[in-house]
Amino acid sequence: MSKQITVPFGPQHPVLPEPLHLDLVLEDETVVDVVPTIGYVHRGLEKLVEKREYTEYVFIAERICGICSFIHSQTYVQGIEQIMGLEIPERAQYLRTIWGEYSRLHSHLLWLGLFADGMGFESVFMNAWRLREHILDDLEATTGGRVILGVCKVGGVRKDITPEKLDEMLRGLKAMERELQDLTNVFLHDNSVSHRLKGLGVLKKEDAYQLGAVGPTARGSGLAIDIRSTGYGAFDRINFRPVVEQDGDCYARCAVRARELFTSIDIIEQCIKKIPDGPVDMKVTGAPDGEYFSRTEQPRGEVIHYIKGNGKKNLVRHRVRTPTFTNIPPLVTLLKGVELADVPVVVLTIDPCIGCAER
Amino acid sequence: MTFFQNTRTVLKSLFSRPSTLMYPAKPAKKTENTRGHVTINPAGCITCRTCQRKCPTQAIVVDVKEKTWQIDNMRCVVCAVCVDTCPTKCLAMDTQYRPAMTARGGVEKFTVAGPKKKEPAAAPADGVKPKEPKE
Repeated sequence: MSKQITVPFGPQHPVLPEPLHLDLVLEDETVVDVVPTIGYVHRGLEKLVEKREYTEYVFIAERICGICSFIHSQTYVQGIEQIMGLEIPERAQYLRTIWGEYSRLHSHLLWLGLFADGMGFESVFMNAWRLREHILDDLEATTGGRVILGVCKVGGVRKDITPEKLDEMLRGLKAMERELQDLTNVFLHDNSVSHRLKGLGVLKKEDAYQLGAVGPTARGSGLAIDIRSTGYGAFDRINFRPVVEQDGDCYARCAVRARELFTSIDIIEQCIKKIPDGPVDMKVTGAPDGEYFSRTEQPRGEVIHYIKGNGKKNLVRHRVRTPTFTNIPPLVTLLKGVELADVPVVVLTIDPCIGCAER
Repeated sequence: MTFFQNTRTVLKSLFSRPSTLMYPAKPAKKTENTRGHVTINPAGCITCRTCQRKCPTQAIVVDVKEKTWQIDNMRCVVCAVCVDTCPTKCLAMDTQYRPAMTARGGVEKFTVAGPKKKEPAAAPADGVKPKEPKE
């Protein structure tokens, strides 16, 4: 048996902007054990819930993550609305779904770009981010913010989209679909990419289930776990199937995200065709009294917001379980046995968002 | 993947204009919905303190006695709640971002008209306005 050495990875690493620290135990060049450490960007956002009114806390909930910001606020307000028993207008549900899927598009494009950059594929990185810019422009035109949208509120949404703008968005997405085909072709069919990714960092289906993997990490291992199928927002009126790949390697996780781009476009198209007219918000009085587990599907997987109120303006407890947090145990498993040089690529495939995981 | 599949993308990138803007030589793209920064019309403010109570980051301080409205731009997250809740609509959202500033330079103080109906105060000006409305 050769001598074991420990190599620290992160929290500052060129390929990973997120402050995740991994102690890699190596035998020769092979990783035999991994000890993850988080806690570099803890901000104590959950405690703030005692200091702010529940209606204002939406903006803080949105700032838990800088990428999947909108879906955090959507999850939070869904929980509040469930506790208070509010039936929010149909149009607001559809608008939330549209913005949520736009967030997913921009997050996946960001990830595809970062992933290409992590592999050393600079031109694909630039192309992915150029396409992401169109998505961000549409978000800015409809909500006023590019990433932090700030449109969710308890009882509906704060902005409406005109039918002309919806048509324009749909035309833009249709035009983009062909460019996305070209982009995802590179990830799915290019020889050098598949040579680098196939068979690397395999997470078996049983392991994924036992360790609680969520999102594309779970779906890449053959588990059809997608909280969108539970029908929150307008998803109960939308026809869609979760994207599942069977292999469980880096290529499968990459393919799930690449194919989800087209699912998201399809969902947005269905929403725009079905969206009813009517108001987008309702008047909310009183304060939440009770508790609720609110679950939604983020680009990285399932997020859970636990909300507890006691009938006063300030909530008693707010707890967030983010997808990256649950994806760290699967990450430890799938890192075992890979070469040191492949570690950055494997870490990137779970799409770590540590700012989210630590709140 | 066969050869020359990406040629279309390559040719398109080769013969099209750059996707990036030469910022700040060219102004950044802004839409009418863009949340840039909060502006106030001091003549319309009745110092009701709704914006101060609703501000999630406590960036706004309204002094009823002194009749001043103060915003700390380093705290402000440009969520536009104050603009939505202002009863007299004297707050507005500008589409342009603020230029870079230091923590000390972020605080802006305006002397406002106050609650009573009277002749409108002087035209809104940038920065500190020391002039008190006549009582």
